[in-house]
Amino acid sequence: MKRFCPLSVILLMGLTLVLVSSRHSQHYIVGEKAEDFSLKDTEGKMVTMADYKDAKGFIIVFTCNHCPYAQLYEKRIADLHRKFAPLGMPVIAINPNDPDIVPDDSYTAMQKRAKDKKYPYAYLFDEKQLVYPKFGATRTPHVFVLDKDRIVRYIGAIDDNPETPEAVKKRYVDDAATAVLRGQKPAPDFTRAVGCTIKKK
Amino acid sequence: MAFFPYLCLMRLNPRLFLLSLLFSWSVPQMAHSQEIIVYDSIGQLEARIRQAGDTTLVINFWATWCGPCVEELPIFEELHRRYSPFGLKVILISLDFKSQKAKRLIPFLQTHPLSPEIGQLVDPDADSWIPRVDSLWDGAIPATWVIQKDKRGFHPTYFKDFQELEMFIQPFIRICPRPARR
Repeated sequence: MKRFCPLSVILLMGLTLVLVSSRHSQHYIVGEKAEDFSLKDTEGKMVTMADYKDAKGFIIVFTCNHCPYAQLYEKRIADLHRKFAPLGMPVIAINPNDPDIVPDDSYTAMQKRAKDKKYPYAYLFDEKQLVYPKFGATRTPHVFVLDKDRIVRYIGAIDDNPETPEAVKKRYVDDAATAVLRGQKPAPDFTRAVGCTIKKK
Repeated sequence: MAFFPYLCLMRLNPRLFLLSLLFSWSVPQMAHSQEIIVYDSIGQLEARIRQAGDTTLVINFWATWCGPCVEELPIFEELHRRYSPFGLKVILISLDFKSQKAKRLIPFLQTHPLSPEIGQLVDPDADSWIPRVDSLWDGAIPATWVIQKDKRGFHPTYFKDFQELEMFIQPFIRICPRPARR
């Protein structure tokens, strides 16, 4: 029985490939270093984390124009920037959506919204949709707090009440950013939240 | 795969089969008298689940503001139409905000009549309740939960089509009891 069965070999190779690839997480988890990115802001300038010379960390927020959750958090994102940018930890907002699917999230719509709402922070466009998968963002808004070495220290929600800011009990991002600035580990360092799925083709 | 339960039932009782056809036909007509059950906490929804006993529940988390969720609703309507005569229950849980019930959810249901049971979960503390649905869920919707007593399944995204949804619920349905051997 020396018959060689190419089909079974191919199947076995395929199975191994699937198993190997599913073992390794494809995106950052807390404790891992985030790669820098270069994305266009609403004024047409390319922005990288390295541009922020004296940054003591970053609050990276994947957000967008159209999502009602993102809209509810818009003011709170600006407040985070106003509080933490002077302390060396600016907000960088990134729109990860494909505007072919959501026209409201197009680059021109981003420019308009940033202007109308007077965003105090950089609002970047992940046009090629290559940055958000590295972070493992799945929804908007989805926040990643990074320390000065760009190590991811917190992943998750902004706080525990999207609809009623006055009823918020846990300010996750505020607490995480404060901890990171003090050189401490945020607790919790991971939270879940309802949000709009990131739209891709 | 869709014809599978019908075949089963015919084997059980042809009269029941005809009755179920009639029933499945009449269900969409009742759509306009839509009631929304509001769940203030995940605990209340869990109580509703326990009430279901042996019934297989398919719970879809959606919202009027979620484009892919709204696009997906027709396949849950179809699941309800085809499978509810055999004891499967579809529950559509809207995650629309509490304040949006009158403003968005009710008007949406008037223009998009739906036959399955409708609920609205308004528990704001998502980080506490999301892991009680599934430990791996990060909160993005749509997402679908299937429950049959202690058996649970979770699908963290939308379904490509009705067939994919059917494949997903297949291990949880017991609508075709095997005839006892003599």
